[in-house]
Amino acid sequence: MVQAFSRAIKLIFSGDREVYFIALTSLKFAGLSIVISSLLSFPFGVLLGLKDFFGKRMVIVVLNSLMALPTVVIGLLVYSFLSRSGPLGNLGLLFTPGAIIIGQAILSFPIVASMVYGGLSKMDRRLPETLVTLGASGRDIFWMTIREAKIAILSAVLAGFGRVVGEVGVSMMLGGNIRWYTRTITTAIALETSKGEFETGLALGIILMGIAFTVNFFLHWAVRHEK
Amino acid sequence: MKQAVILLIILCAAASILPAQSNRLKLATTTSTENSGLLAELVPPFERKTGIRVDVIAVGTGKALRLGENGDVDLVLVHARQAEGLFVDQGCGVNRRDVMHNDFVILGPADDPAGIRGLSSAAAALKKIAASGAGFISRGDDSGTHKKEKDLWEGAGLKPKGRWYKEAGQGMGAVITMANDMRAYTMADRGTYLALKGKVRLEVMVEGDPSLFNPYGIIAVNPARHPHVNYSGAMLFIDWITSKEGQGIIGNFRKNGEPLFYPDTGR
Repeated sequence: MVQAFSRAIKLIFSGDREVYFIALTSLKFAGLSIVISSLLSFPFGVLLGLKDFFGKRMVIVVLNSLMALPTVVIGLLVYSFLSRSGPLGNLGLLFTPGAIIIGQAILSFPIVASMVYGGLSKMDRRLPETLVTLGASGRDIFWMTIREAKIAILSAVLAGFGRVVGEVGVSMMLGGNIRWYTRTITTAIALETSKGEFETGLALGIILMGIAFTVNFFLHWAVRHEK
Repeated sequence: MKQAVILLIILCAAASILPAQSNRLKLATTTSTENSGLLAELVPPFERKTGIRVDVIAVGTGKALRLGENGDVDLVLVHARQAEGLFVDQGCGVNRRDVMHNDFVILGPADDPAGIRGLSSAAAALKKIAASGAGFISRGDDSGTHKKEKDLWEGAGLKPKGRWYKEAGQGMGAVITMANDMRAYTMADRGTYLALKGKVRLEVMVEGDPSLFNPYGIIAVNPARHPHVNYSGAMLFIDWITSKEGQGIIGNFRKNGEPLFYPDTGR
């Protein structure tokens, strides 16, 4: 453990280009997939939180169950679509960053959507009603609600980010762990472990935790200081 | 304003997703060539020469051939003669070439509870391991090494089963580490064992049996079956790896001072 820590510190400060590249790749893929899945899941979560419709409970139960989807299963599903022998094979996306981002967006969608819904369901339901009486449009209500529930939404995004930045199944299946291209911290850890380089694997894990901490810290700080 | 920022982010995201693969070559290979570090020596000179980026996807031989069959990679570098023959016969691949070879070894704990050290026959050693009930860790992942191991059990007239026989379902490095921790026997390619030698206490028990020979072949994915594959790039790489220069890199590759692979062509 002590060895791993000193190795991690050495890796960070030795200026090893590959380590920086891998860390940046992880951050880029997780960030992009979270942006995409947020764009899809915010409206979905807001809809669930503000509107009542037939079958809503069922939708929520399904959404919550989808959070248990193993990353490898998502990887396999997306693989079967993106493979050259699959329906979307012509796009040539398999073993590219795009494939990882698609898989990670699918992985985080149910988490972000159900946490946004959870946050909104605790909010005062008179807010949208009041907004309507004040003459607000549907779009205004959407943005006002998101502003009002920003802490809950931030938690949702960060939970989704944590899930994707730390997953290995999707990145391995769909990215192929290609050096200087689709290798992320988690697939690099898997590789180092299989090579018996346990210290390097642990050191990369420590770097990943450092990144997660920094991202969480700054996003919380930004939301609290937003005027 | 907010919408504009979000739109910009989506555009950036979309731009980074679009595959830039005009001059890329996807090579599916086995964990042994990647984990040993050989490809890290072979690929960069090829990239400098041709300007083609090689994406190495290291998986077991079974999965590598499957990726080739589906047209998801441009060429495969694997070690399982029989499966390679089938791959070519079924029209999945063309232009198979011998690249290099090394050999498998049977590894075990130094105290050798099954008493197989120094046996010249792999089949006899496996029989003794099975009879003694000492642990044996199998790859269990349909890799080239796993296929070889199954052939050896079959050759010994045994169906390995029971608490002593554990199928790990992991790569070679992980299985050697497991066998080391569990003080069990395992079969490994010599390259991966040598690469790990300083970290594990397992010792070579049986080596040199002709049935432990481990040849590697390279095959281009059939462009008639998958027109989108980078066939010209694949052929350039095959030419490179079988060229005098490529074979020289393979022959000179050392880990802890010992050669891991022996070139087969270009002699």
